[in-house]
Amino acid sequence: MFMFIFNKLKTFPKGGIHPPEAKLSAFKSIEKISLPANVKIPISQHIGVPSVPVVERGEAVKTGQIIDKTGGFVSANIHAPASGKIAKISEEMDVSGYRRMSVMIRVDKEEQWDDGIDTTDELRSEISLNREQILEKILEKGIVGMGGATFPSHIKLNVPRGKKADVLIINGAECEPYLTADHQLMLEKSEELMVGVKILMKALDVKKAIIGIENNKKDAIDKLCKLAEKHDDIAVEALKVQYPQGGEKQLIKALINREVPSGKLPIDVGTVVHNVGTTYAVYEAVQKNKPLIERIVTVTGKSVKNPGNFLVRVGTPVSTLIEAAGGLPEDSGKVINGGPMMGKALNDLDIPVTKGTSGILILPEKESSRSKSKVCIRCSKCVSSCPMGLEPFYLMTAVQRGMNDEIENNRILDCIECGSCAYICPSNRELLDYIRLGKSTVSNLIRERQSV
Amino acid sequence: MNQTIIITIVSLSGLGAVAAMILYVVARQFKVETDPRIDEIEEVLPATNCGGCGQPGCRAFAEALVNATDISDMHCPVGGNEVMKQVGDILGVEVEEKDPYIAVLKCSGSFEHRKKTNIYDGAPNCTVAAQLYGGDTGCSYGCVGLGECVDACDFEAMYMDENTGLPVIIEDKCTACNACVKACPKDIIELWPRGRKNKRIYVACMNEDKGGIAKKYCSVACTGCEKCIDECKYDSIVVENNLAVIDPEKCKLCKKCVYVCKSNSIHMINFPPPKEKDRPPKERPSRKLAQTKAEVAEVEVSEVDVVKVAASKADVVQAKTTEADSVKDKTSEVETDKANTSDIENINIKNEDDTSADQKDSKDISSENENKA
Repeated sequence: MFMFIFNKLKTFPKGGIHPPEAKLSAFKSIEKISLPANVKIPISQHIGVPSVPVVERGEAVKTGQIIDKTGGFVSANIHAPASGKIAKISEEMDVSGYRRMSVMIRVDKEEQWDDGIDTTDELRSEISLNREQILEKILEKGIVGMGGATFPSHIKLNVPRGKKADVLIINGAECEPYLTADHQLMLEKSEELMVGVKILMKALDVKKAIIGIENNKKDAIDKLCKLAEKHDDIAVEALKVQYPQGGEKQLIKALINREVPSGKLPIDVGTVVHNVGTTYAVYEAVQKNKPLIERIVTVTGKSVKNPGNFLVRVGTPVSTLIEAAGGLPEDSGKVINGGPMMGKALNDLDIPVTKGTSGILILPEKESSRSKSKVCIRCSKCVSSCPMGLEPFYLMTAVQRGMNDEIENNRILDCIECGSCAYICPSNRELLDYIRLGKSTVSNLIRERQSV
Repeated sequence: MNQTIIITIVSLSGLGAVAAMILYVVARQFKVETDPRIDEIEEVLPATNCGGCGQPGCRAFAEALVNATDISDMHCPVGGNEVMKQVGDILGVEVEEKDPYIAVLKCSGSFEHRKKTNIYDGAPNCTVAAQLYGGDTGCSYGCVGLGECVDACDFEAMYMDENTGLPVIIEDKCTACNACVKACPKDIIELWPRGRKNKRIYVACMNEDKGGIAKKYCSVACTGCEKCIDECKYDSIVVENNLAVIDPEKCKLCKKCVYVCKSNSIHMINFPPPKEKDRPPKERPSRKLAQTKAEVAEVEVSEVDVVKVAASKADVVQAKTTEADSVKDKTSEVETDKANTSDIENINIKNEDDTSADQKDSKDISSENENKA
């Protein structure tokens, strides 16, 4: 009985929910998708300033060649995901739901890789580059956070003066239902992942790394544990299956019991969090000189014939992915970019896969349509489910009434948009919709205040 | 017994007298001097507290007026020149007359012109929807159709038209307070000078996509073809980002641009039905053809009652006629409310170069009937 108490899995203390896991594509090995005839690469695939195209129409490009350069400090390079000719640089629909600048490449039949890229599967565990060279490589190869937020990785790794990280956290929680891309990556590329962790540790100059994995991926935990035995400085921790365990702040609290203060970053409590997908991309960039041009995407859904994990190049239309998974089911209601909790419905199936596309979820109409919103019954379930300790019901009402000072004082900017409140609400209120609206209003106000 | 009553009365009145004295002294000693003109001006102002002047309410505006050294930039859109003149009299300054404004909707993508490409079922709020994506049609510039502007309007000067999915601005009630302009996340409502005799011409489109894409998703989108620029003698039109924009100060209301626009995206409001000489010369043959057809048709539909005429005036597209009588009744009801000036923005009487022959016929009939009426 006491053993049970001592074996209690680590988790974050406040809020959280446990939606049905529905990991339909688990244990499906990664399948490579052949290149489509055209790839569309939006110039804005990351948080921050959009990149600036450096190619012109009609120009021939090789796979891995740089096509968009960083447009500012918070920005990332974008590389050609396929060799071919630049067909056009025009405004195309992307994940944002708006038409934005994209570079379209007409793909060659025979792929030509750019010089110096190692395309073999050989494992390279010797880290020859020094710290500065690693950071430069990560910046040059356009690595961004691949858990979905797409924050440029070189900024996270460039620790500001006066601050010091002492532990690196690798996020393998994958708490979103349905998604299995990270799980499969941990199983199939575990050795590469370990090298990636070592590279990140060298870049940050830390002596300790923890890989956090939710307990529903026991095989991945076992495999990584076995590999981690060889390294004294890497630990693998099993986490309780609880959404949003993969949230940066929740993960930090669960693993090293430090709380990131409101408005501060993880580096302020001496840690940096990277996703396993990012870690693998860092390995490829540093050891194989390969830019971030492909990623693993889970295509899933209850009516999908062949749900699976696919290795796709950035710029491939979502429709191609759906074809690979057995086509669009007849009862489809929504096609979602990402998972069911934080994902966003797509308004066009020709929208290309970007660096941040972790999954394509096809929900049947019955499940996807929202029920009618009713009045708040003050049950406070949203309050107890909020992992950030906010009061969603109050924030929503205040946003609707335009009480901007009030929502700012009630820390609306702390919201991580995990959607737990909207999921748990028995009255089906659009809590997150309005909170998101309030967040953008408040951040605009703050920006205005700063500019004055 | 008597003694108790007397003591009570005396002590209470004594207490009252002392309190009154304290209050009197305090009131005299700590009196806040306010300019009496503030109260006078507040009396004159419309007391709607709409914020159209840029101040949080009428009292604040009155204070601002009294404290300001120069009031030429300050204007009460609700009260208009009349109220501002009274304010000027109180302050003893000359107030310049300002052109009255009205809100205009710069989108004409009704259900008919803009096919839905997907369905939105999130929070019924335009800004939330606009944050999520471009909108439920292929046009990401046009009206979202969830009515945030209508909610923002304090004067009941707007309503959502269920048949078009677009908000309608009621001319007589609109005070140009700017509330709807601020509420709209797509910036498709703009304050526009009411114009001479309430007549105005504006481009009812905000689409900045290239012509082909704009046209693909909305049949009344401005394609930036620049034909209107060639036609305009007063240099009042510029095309920026594939979108024509009319400068109301330069526009002389000659209507030439309205007739030359192939996609019907330039609207004219409160103009009489077009006359023969207004048409561009190259389109005359087709017009004649249509007219003869119309004459034939006129015999058949000779007895059209007044209600129908009004309805067809309100919306030419609906004048495609006979079908949906209920719709017409609805619009005609609103129509009769507003004496002569129509509240419906869609009096785009020029449908001349439209492709469908049916539409041409019925339209000509309607304008003929209108002339009669």
